[in-house]
Formats: sequence, C-alpha cells, structure tokens
Amino acid sequence: MIEYNKRNIRTWSLLGPSGAFGTAALELAETKPDMVMLTADLCFFSGLERFKAAYPDKLYNLGIAEQNMIGVAAGFAKEEFIPFANTYASFCASRCADQVRVNMSYMNLPIKLIGLTAGYGAGILGATHMSIEDISFMRALPNITVISPADCMEIIKVVLAVANTPDPTYIRLTGPMNSPIVYKEDYDFQIGKAVKLAEGDEVCIIATGSMVYQAMQTAKLLEAEGVSCSVLNMHTIKPLDIENVFEANEKHMLLVTAEEHSIIGGLYSTVLEALSKEGTHKPILPIGIRDTFVHAGSYSYQMQESGLTAESMKIKILERLQNL
Amino acid sequence: MADRDLISKCEDAAKRIRRRIIDMTYATGSTGAHIGGSLSIVELFAGLYVGKIRYMADDPNWEGRDRVILSKGHAAMALYPAMVEAGIIDESELESFKKDGSRLGGHPSLNGLPGIEFASGSLGQGLSLGVGTCLALKRKNNNDSRVFVYLGDGECDEGSVWEAAASAGHYILNNLVAIVDMNAIQYDGYTTEIMDMSPFENKWRDFGWDVITINGHSIEEVLNAYDYRGDKSLVILAHTVKGKGISFMENNWKYHNASLSKALYEQAVEELEAAI
Repeated sequence: MIEYNKRNIRTWSLLGPSGAFGTAALELAETKPDMVMLTADLCFFSGLERFKAAYPDKLYNLGIAEQNMIGVAAGFAKEEFIPFANTYASFCASRCADQVRVNMSYMNLPIKLIGLTAGYGAGILGATHMSIEDISFMRALPNITVISPADCMEIIKVVLAVANTPDPTYIRLTGPMNSPIVYKEDYDFQIGKAVKLAEGDEVCIIATGSMVYQAMQTAKLLEAEGVSCSVLNMHTIKPLDIENVFEANEKHMLLVTAEEHSIIGGLYSTVLEALSKEGTHKPILPIGIRDTFVHAGSYSYQMQESGLTAESMKIKILERLQNL
Repeated sequence: MADRDLISKCEDAAKRIRRRIIDMTYATGSTGAHIGGSLSIVELFAGLYVGKIRYMADDPNWEGRDRVILSKGHAAMALYPAMVEAGIIDESELESFKKDGSRLGGHPSLNGLPGIEFASGSLGQGLSLGVGTCLALKRKNNNDSRVFVYLGDGECDEGSVWEAAASAGHYILNNLVAIVDMNAIQYDGYTTEIMDMSPFENKWRDFGWDVITINGHSIEEVLNAYDYRGDKSLVILAHTVKGKGISFMENNWKYHNASLSKALYEQAVEELEAAI
C-alpha cells in the first residue's frame, strides 16, 4: 500500500511526473490483477523500470509504433483488462488522433492513456515534442475524461483512481523532475471535483497541472500587494467541476485561468464556455501559451518566454485589476 | 480436407448472401452502398460463418467464441447476411440496412448488435485490434478462440497495418488469422496502379507470418485455409473479383460504392438466379 507521508511526497517530487507514474503503476500491478501496461519504447522514460523488473509479463512494449499501441490497448480493453498506455503527450493527441477518436471515444473503450511531458516537459527537443494542444483535442471527443494532475502525489492518486472507473481517460503529466510540491500532506482526491487551495475574495486563479503551483506562488505575491486571491486546482478538465467554477465567478471580481497549454481549446476555453452558457460573467484573464511555437529550450526558459511564472502572472493580474 | 457436404452448404449460403447484398444495395436507393468489395468477400464470410466459426448465437459473449473483426468495415453489407446464416441476427433486420436508427450501419458499430467486436470504418485499425485481442486471450489462457481480421488489399496501403503486422510477428500470435480480400481494385482504380504493394506475400513472410494464397471464391480453398494451424500468425491472401457474380460489376471500379437502377437491379437478380 502506498503511504501518503511527508517522506514519500518528497521522494515522488524528486522522481518527477514519470517516476510518480511508475510508482503508481507498480501499486496497480500489485492490486489490480487485470491491469496491463503498454508503452511505445518509453519503458524507462515513463518510470517503469521497477515495474518491468517485477512484472515483466504485464508490460507490453510495442516499439516506436504509437498508433498500433492504441489499437492493441483497445483489444485488451474489449477483453475486460484495464490497459494503461503511455507515450509523449504530443504523440497521444496528434500522432494517434484517429486511433484515440475511434477506439477510446467512439467505441468508449476504457483505455487509460498517459501523456508524458505535456506542455514544455520535453520542450528542449523542440516543437515536435511540445504538447500544447492535447487538452484541446481530447476534450473535443465524447466519452473521454481529461485529467491534468497538479503534482506528483496527485499523479499517483489520479492513476490509482482511474483504474476503478469504466471511462476512457487521458492523463496529461506536466512539470519537470524535482517537481514543485503542491500538497504537503494527504488529501481527498475525487475525479471531477476541484480542490480549493487558497481562499480570497478578489481574484480566483483556476489552474491545472503544473500551473497550480505557480498559481499558489502568485497568490502569495498578490497578497503582498494587498490583493486577496483564491486558487482552485482544476485537475479534471472534463467533466468540468461547473459548481466550483460558478461559485468562483460569484465570489470574485476577476477570474484567471492558468495552464501549460495553448489558450485555444484548453482550460481557458473550457471555463469560458461553461460560464458563457449562463449569460454574463466576471472578466476572465487567460494565462497560457499564446498561439505560436516557442523556440526549443530548457523548461524554465520556455515557461518564462510564455509568461507562465508567478512573477509574470502577478504583473498581468495587477494590470488587469487596474483596468476592471 | 473439407468435406463435400460442408462445401455445398457454404456454397448455398454464399448464393443467398450475394442475393441479399443486391437487395440491400437496391433498397438504399440513390444513396448506394459498397457493393463491389462486399461481393468479393462473400465466400470468405460464408466459409467462416457457415463452416468454421466457434460461436453460440444464444450467448454472444461466450468466452470460447472466435472474434471476428471487419477491418475493411465497408464490407458490412456482406457481413450482416453472413451473420444471418449463422443465426446471429434475423434476416428481417437486413431490411433496416443503412436506414435511420438501424443497428446495421454502412460500417459496423458498437450499438448492441451481437457478433460485432469493434466498430470499424477508419481503415488500417483492425489488425491492431486483433493483435490486442489475441494478446488478451493468451493472458486469459483462452487457447480455443481465434481472432479473424478481414482486411482489404487497398487498405494495406495504410502504414498502421504494418505496425500491427510487425507486432503480431514479434509476439508470435498463433491465434491470429488475417484474411486479405485481394480484389485488386481500390477507390480510384487498380491497386497496382494506385499503390503497388507487390511482392505482397514476401511482406507478410518477412514480418514473421505464415502465408496461404488462395482463390477467395473457392469455398474448398477457403475452408482448408481456415483449418490451417501453425505456430505463427496466419495471413490468407484471397484473390477475389470485385463485384463477383454480376457481369457488369466484375472488375469495374465504378462499383466500389454504387446505387442500382431498377433495370440494373433486375439484371443482377436475373444473373444470380441463372447461376443457381
């Protein structure tokens, strides 16, 4: 049994998103006899080294053939196994687009697809390995649950939780190795239920994935400027926790969405679509990746270039507040 | 070797299936249907559904069943009448083919119709599904069921087919049978002119498959091929005629997807009845 204690939380953070995924995968192998793990030549990269050593017969490495991997996963799902499949997020969403659409969405087969290094996690390798549009694609497909965990402990909770649902699910992993810790202790995680991490009354930052930590830092910076700020961890993008979005809209003057993803089709679009159905809503400031490819570079360089740091967010929010 | 009684039973079924295909196409009116590639696959289905399939019509989810995957989903119009022959669906349901709200779509979908394992229609995906299903059956220690995946020769232009073929070879899936309906014509013309995949047999062998090449309209050859058991995945390369059985459709790429006027429908029926 995985223990959610301070020591483990620190270790998972050091391991980073893939290491956390691998830890959860190992736990699943021990507790879910019907779980199988598929990868496309990313066994070690996705943190499955220990999994491979302990459960070699549960691991199917399909080679560099992601589209086939999705089809093979669908075969397992149809025969009532619980298939997890992983590859770079960019390949989940765009290279395998049709396989995901037909097998996971149309046929509603409960494949659990893990998108590694979503956002800028592999941005050093250039735009081919950046994944800044995967939420946009996945959420447009019926039946697919879309989750973007905030830190390494949440990754573990998500991976364990999705093994118990009958839904096809896409999990995008963001953040670097030695990943910032959002949750210092255990908490209650439920798919589709946002988590309030800070409560203020002027601004509410609705954040997902790696941007949850940045949002919390931003809230502290704003506090120092005399601005009271809430933070909502919107780990599940589909189905959206509409209740919490409406509540945030009612209680605050300004809403901010924060995502390591294009502002087209991601969390910003999701929140805006939900609110606009209800008529008028508070102003929404989108923090995300503008409609372009950032030059290849380190994770921190790309986050800075895209304005995805607490300092940059603080400035934008203060500017927006002045113009309300 | 296949016995004479079974051969003639399957041949009779093939005649009924072919006749139903003509009726179903005519009933679609001006919409038309994928008639050419449905007529080419008739004996391949008759041999399976009447001759060889492990299936219990009263228990569609029986674990011991053979799994059938129609990767060339546009041949659904031949699949449904073949399923009638096996008692999986009622003949009366064929009248609903391609109608609003029908379970019998132009491509198979997962809509409660028994006997359909997967939806298809987007070419190049069925063999991967077959590989996954075979691996899953082996995990379950189900050594009785086989997985039959029906592909078109034009479909084999898709790169994903070869990703799947490589993985079947890698995992040595002796419970996998791929059948390629080699009617030699795709949407825009002859496969040799559009995208020549020859030497086709060598490609499968090189990926680690056993290869049997047959006349796909000879029930005897079809049944014998289905009886083959080896240590590897098996591909049956079935040479067929697009539009088989109707003179004006045979080898005519215009009948890949077509409608039938009353006159042409009557001519087609006449030709089929003369053959009986």
